[in-house]
Amino acid sequence: MSRKTLTRRQFVAATAMSSAALITAPYVRGAYAAGKLSIGFWDHWVPGANDASTALVKEWGEKEKVEVSIDYITSNNKKIELTAAAEAQAKSGHDILQMPSWWPHAYSENLEPLNDVMEPLIKQNGEVNGTVKYLGQSGGKWLAVPATPGSQIKGPCSRIDLMKKHAGIDVQEMYPAGSPPKADNWTMETFLKAAEACHKAGFPFGIGLGETTDSVDTAGAIFQSFGAELVNAKGDITVKTDAVRQALEFYKKLIAVLPTDAPSWDDASNNKWLISGRGAMILNPPSAWAVAKRDAPQVAEQCWTHGFPSGPKGRFAPFLPYFWGVWAFGKNKEAAKSLLVHLSSPAAIEKFVAASGGYDLPAYANMTKFKTWAEEGPPKGTLFHYPDPYKQQTMSIAASPAPPKIAQQIYFQATLTKMALRFAQGEKLETALAWAEGECEGFMRT
Amino acid sequence: MADVVVEQGRLARAASPRKRTSLRNAMGRKSTVAFFLTLPLILLIALLVLYPAFYSVYLATLNKAMTKFVGLSNFTFLFKRETFWMVVRQSCIFAITAVVFKALIGFIVAHFVHNIPGKKQRKWRGMLLVPWVIPPAMSTLAWLWLFDPSYSAFNYTLSFFGIGPIPWLGDTFWARFSVILVNVWYGAPFFLIMYLAALKSVPDQLYEAAAIDGANWWQKIWHITLPMMRNIIAITTLFSLIVTFANFDIVRILTSGGPLDRTHLFATWAFQVGIQSSDIPLGACVSLFMVPILAVAAVFILRDVNKRGNEA
Repeated sequence: MSRKTLTRRQFVAATAMSSAALITAPYVRGAYAAGKLSIGFWDHWVPGANDASTALVKEWGEKEKVEVSIDYITSNNKKIELTAAAEAQAKSGHDILQMPSWWPHAYSENLEPLNDVMEPLIKQNGEVNGTVKYLGQSGGKWLAVPATPGSQIKGPCSRIDLMKKHAGIDVQEMYPAGSPPKADNWTMETFLKAAEACHKAGFPFGIGLGETTDSVDTAGAIFQSFGAELVNAKGDITVKTDAVRQALEFYKKLIAVLPTDAPSWDDASNNKWLISGRGAMILNPPSAWAVAKRDAPQVAEQCWTHGFPSGPKGRFAPFLPYFWGVWAFGKNKEAAKSLLVHLSSPAAIEKFVAASGGYDLPAYANMTKFKTWAEEGPPKGTLFHYPDPYKQQTMSIAASPAPPKIAQQIYFQATLTKMALRFAQGEKLETALAWAEGECEGFMRT
Repeated sequence: MADVVVEQGRLARAASPRKRTSLRNAMGRKSTVAFFLTLPLILLIALLVLYPAFYSVYLATLNKAMTKFVGLSNFTFLFKRETFWMVVRQSCIFAITAVVFKALIGFIVAHFVHNIPGKKQRKWRGMLLVPWVIPPAMSTLAWLWLFDPSYSAFNYTLSFFGIGPIPWLGDTFWARFSVILVNVWYGAPFFLIMYLAALKSVPDQLYEAAAIDGANWWQKIWHITLPMMRNIIAITTLFSLIVTFANFDIVRILTSGGPLDRTHLFATWAFQVGIQSSDIPLGACVSLFMVPILAVAAVFILRDVNKRGNEA
């Protein structure tokens, strides 16, 4: 093998020429001069809804000269949670990851603070509700930005005809499209009477008693309407209180008129219950209605989405927001923040809502009266009250106001539904309370 | 640089002819060749099995926030949890019941198939293996629809006989029954095929001799078939016990551990605690509990295999 030696003179000359060329060459700005950004978005249920996200991101990428790649991750079988856990462990992954409600707190140590994004957004779009603050903020620090895609209220979706016929309630009159609700009489008591009447008529309310989110969210809103908390905001266990006892007594009466297999229901069961025409009401975002529109139009045209009944302590709606988080170990955090501002502009939010057929809910106060909700049908106006346009409900999440890391355990271990079911299946009230207290003690682990 | 290396090699070879010969001998040995041939698999197992296993041991010794070492306190915490002991009990009930039924059904069906002549037997073997061949995540979805609260095909059929509706997945007893049933359906063909292979290896002369001695069918099974199949039964049982104990997909799809946690197994509860409730160290702890239980079972069953092997 021959080897050509490089003399000192040749080396100096070559170095000088290369340096001169580099200094004098004109700066050419490439198509993606501002670097790369990788995003993990939730894969939307609604066909075509992802297109809105793709278009908005592409528009931003072209303007900011950033090369963007998007992965749409399904929430089926907790794929997003697994992705978040893996990325947090590996300290590597997407720059922006869309995560479900409890995850900003779960990974608070790994997330970039986003106060510089959220504060201007709140000024621009209006205040966010208490649940978004509870889940997205820690010690005054914003951990993530509320995402419009995927955020939802799991309010009642009633059958107009069945409720009128069997329970004597005109849901359209109670929640008229285009005007404020006349729902003073829509209380837990009325709700229970309606559930009993519809059960008697052979059309029970489709409320799950399982361990998945739909069942837990319903239980959460009912417990909160009685002022029942298992753990309070300070982290003290408050299971053995009159409010919890009252909520359990109510639940026992309700369980007696629910379908017998409700303890095994998952998040799809209530949708199927409504679409099959066997139930007079479910508590769900309008996805069930959207599927009914395609598969059972005669059912869809009788559906009306409206507010939750009120209890002794108020009217609470189960609100489940998604968040966009920026990993602290991300490589292009400034670009990520800029994109989140773009995705949270009023125009972008309106596009998300329209693309999802009204399913997606913005977390901001000024964003509850888009024309999509007013115009979607049949029947026209069926979604008008879905985003709670007249702010009659308190947006809440089950297990709050317990400190989020404890509340997350209560939520995912479904302590509320299990406790209610134990009591309804014959366990003594005090035994069920003692069991729940033991569970909560375990959740205090740090 | 390369020249120097070659030079060093030459020097080394010249200096130690004995070493060179022993290396050549070592390379020529069958065991060395076998080792190198299996090396890729050993590396793969080390990467995909040993590393995760040791990593989960490490995770199990951290606190919930995974910021500090807490020794065995996660394990002592679990010992105090009522739900944990329920999961231990349920995992044992699930695994033992399912394995017993799989073995029993496999044994009976293997006899039927064994007695089917030639070509027809091949068809039956193929058909009976179908449940085992379909990925369980897919077939369990079909079972979920059969048990579905609103559209259950089983309840629809039973309604013609005036039975039901049965809350297959909504009632504690029926939910346990359903998850075991699906596991048995999925796993019985494995036993069937193993037992069938074992049956084929039993010499016919033994049965002929027994028939001459006037043995009835039960005596033939008890004194010939079972002793000849003992090792296969033991190994199959151990293998199935391990797989059934670690089952995740069937329970996760059918019940997610409900109602009231009454169908949770180690793996499903570990997932709920570790991933859904963001307590990865505790989840790792729960899954590690399978190790001592299975180790004890393995010692007992395999010791028996050795003993019987010596007898033979």
